[in-house]
Amino acid sequence: MTTNLDTLCTAAKEKLDAHTREMVAWHFHPSTGSPFWLEKAATFKFDPLKEVNCFDDLKKFPLFEDDWLRGGPVRRWLPKGLEGKPLYVFETGGTTGIPKSRLVAEDHWTDYEIFSDTLPDESFPKGTDWLMLGPSGPRRLRLAVEHLAQYRGGIAFCVDLDPRWVVKLLKKGDIKGMEAYRDHVIDQALTVLSAGHNIQSMFTTPKLLEALAMRLMDDGSSVEEAGIKGIFCGGTEFTQQWYRFAREELLGPNVYITPTYGNTLMGLACGKPFDPADNYKITYFAPQPRATIEVANFKDTNQVVDYGQTGRVKLYTLTKELFIPGFLERDEGEREKPHEKYPWDGISGVRPFHEIAKTTTVGVY
Amino acid sequence: MLDIPVIRWGQPYESLEKDQVVHFETGETLATVHQANGGLVKMDMKKAKRARDVLRQIPIDDLIEMCKKAADHYLNGTLPLGNGTQSPEEFCRMQSATTGLPEHMCASNMKKNSFVLTHMREILDALTRGLPLDILSKGYGFEDRGVTVSYQANAPVLGMVLPSNSPGVHTLWMPVIPLQIGLVLKPGPQEPWTPYRMYEAFAQAGVPREAISIYPGGPEVGAAVLADCERAMIFGGIPTVERYHGNPRVQVHGPGFSKFIFGDDKVDEWEKHVDLMADSVVINSGRSCISCSGIWASRHGAEIADAIAKKIASVAPLPMNDPKAPLAAFTVPGVAKAINDQIEEKLKIPGVTEVTAKYRDGSRLVEHERCDYLRPTVLHCTDPDHPLANTEYMFPFVTVVDCPEKKMLSSIGTTLVCSAITENPDLSQQLLDATNIDRLNIGVVRTIALNWMQPHEGNIIDFLFRARAFQNSPPPAH
Repeated sequence: MTTNLDTLCTAAKEKLDAHTREMVAWHFHPSTGSPFWLEKAATFKFDPLKEVNCFDDLKKFPLFEDDWLRGGPVRRWLPKGLEGKPLYVFETGGTTGIPKSRLVAEDHWTDYEIFSDTLPDESFPKGTDWLMLGPSGPRRLRLAVEHLAQYRGGIAFCVDLDPRWVVKLLKKGDIKGMEAYRDHVIDQALTVLSAGHNIQSMFTTPKLLEALAMRLMDDGSSVEEAGIKGIFCGGTEFTQQWYRFAREELLGPNVYITPTYGNTLMGLACGKPFDPADNYKITYFAPQPRATIEVANFKDTNQVVDYGQTGRVKLYTLTKELFIPGFLERDEGEREKPHEKYPWDGISGVRPFHEIAKTTTVGVY
Repeated sequence: MLDIPVIRWGQPYESLEKDQVVHFETGETLATVHQANGGLVKMDMKKAKRARDVLRQIPIDDLIEMCKKAADHYLNGTLPLGNGTQSPEEFCRMQSATTGLPEHMCASNMKKNSFVLTHMREILDALTRGLPLDILSKGYGFEDRGVTVSYQANAPVLGMVLPSNSPGVHTLWMPVIPLQIGLVLKPGPQEPWTPYRMYEAFAQAGVPREAISIYPGGPEVGAAVLADCERAMIFGGIPTVERYHGNPRVQVHGPGFSKFIFGDDKVDEWEKHVDLMADSVVINSGRSCISCSGIWASRHGAEIADAIAKKIASVAPLPMNDPKAPLAAFTVPGVAKAINDQIEEKLKIPGVTEVTAKYRDGSRLVEHERCDYLRPTVLHCTDPDHPLANTEYMFPFVTVVDCPEKKMLSSIGTTLVCSAITENPDLSQQLLDATNIDRLNIGVVRTIALNWMQPHEGNIIDFLFRARAFQNSPPPAH
């Protein structure tokens, strides 16, 4: 028997296939494609314009290597069809070495507008203001969150944070320096929160939220008393246990917190709406069709694992600004079944990929 | 299968994240251990003062008596553990199965812990140099000679980031409870057994449960314990030691580089001490920071090395439940091989010879399906600056170093236990003055023979309490 969810899934798949065809046509047509992909296409043994007709055909491409994003000239990534638009460059992934850069025109606005539509208005009231307490500088988060606030009729108050500096401090074992920097960031956040604005929503990271909430408690206050009603928070440190801890002990029942998973390449994957029956299990769904997540078999990354099984996060980005036909993220997790709100595969238990977890510094901010 | 919760000031807490503790030989899961997160620790530390408050409601004398009862419960009782119970025999089997230490060594460590608990009054008397203990409780008091003294606790609780591979270290935190200081324990992933058993033994003996927290978890939890406890101890390798060196809040316990040194007046009598040295190398599988890893002598180095090698080269792995099993297993894949490769690489540098090789049947590295062993290794080194002259590994490994007596103290580096065979008053005085030596034995004493009445890597009283001035009347005119 075909269920409503089956129907929704079928429609979503058709939409993804059509979107794939449209994006491949854009990125590989000489009049609209970027120098990078047009040059790359000459090395393929297939013609993307003729032989990629659905999402699964993207597996004909070699895996995307994020090292291609390091260094310049960054304009090699600019599709001809977007020439003349004002451009941004954002750093992505990694906190050391020559940065991996992504060129953006409007994707960060679009991604966060789509994300905005998933936020409950009662917890992120429209027309109220935001605190952006996360990595800033050359990262897109600052501008993206600011746009999210504006899109919802608010203003974003921002606090600087440089994750590269935190990594440096940690690598040289300067715990005191790291704590001083964290305190410096939290001081600024508290100042903003106490300044009489109408801040009711916030973006931050688990570590910073902990530090902020603890400091407020030390001062006899709380995140709720500081006026915050809704928080969206990201990163692999947003674990099932941490989610529970945040709701039960850090924030209390009146502050809404929602997990997100994403990066500058993909945009934002949303968490499945909170359901007590899930016991704080966190399941993410990519913003399909603009981006898709597969949970790939560790040994054959062109195969997805069965539902409930563990695999590596494989990311696809299909926008007019960026084409990523399969990139192995530095994370792993379990494949989850589609949800009515998101009728495509999800992923739960996202954590650093076990083979590189030991060498990666995560959750630095 | 045991299911072991986090303990938050005596209250069990079931986490949504669990770690499996597995038998290293069979792969069988022995327990699931609930995992704390760093924020949980930070949140609980806001209530740390209460741990000391509840303990201060019980006189130190009574807590010392409770320690005696706890010793009995710990050594002999079948105690609750998570959703089940654990007898002493099960404790030894499980600790062996997850740490790789033979069962008889686990039993021996139990006796050591029990001894310390049973003799707590004498130990505290020794560590405080006879201070009336109620002074620590009240904050000030008077010595027998009428002098006012005042001690202030530096912290309401002591945080412990414990290791997985060395159950012998637990004696260090036993005196904390009778000092009316709470305990925050972060067990090593493979050794949850002692912290939980000791917690339950204390509780059965009448110590308030709310004085103790146990937070199994990852590095983030250890970092939270260190960051949020005003006083903490951590165990680790040289990088850990270097990271926390000079941090007054953290007492760091790393490799011991414990050694014998021979004075020129006694070195010709070296043959009398072969058993003493061999025991210090091999006992407890060479896993302790007090195990001997160096023997320094101005002459007879080659002969000393040869004699010890002959004595211990035949030591080989036996099953964990064999009462004579002499070697601990390396349970983390690749570690034993990495150590073995490192030794082989450094042996290529001129100035050092492996002496055990010619007496050993087979290679140093013994690889099994699920664990590995390293068999005893004795080196003779003619260069005190050689990279293997002052090295410590977690198995019976010792380097006999040729070094003139007058250069010894400047060459041996940091040394946890130094057993000096000498009667030379000048050398003895130099040893007494040497700040790079922690525990000093002058005489025929094994490096592993600890007197519990003596401080270990710093006096825990000095670490937990601050001596300060206190007056409740004007001082004499002057």
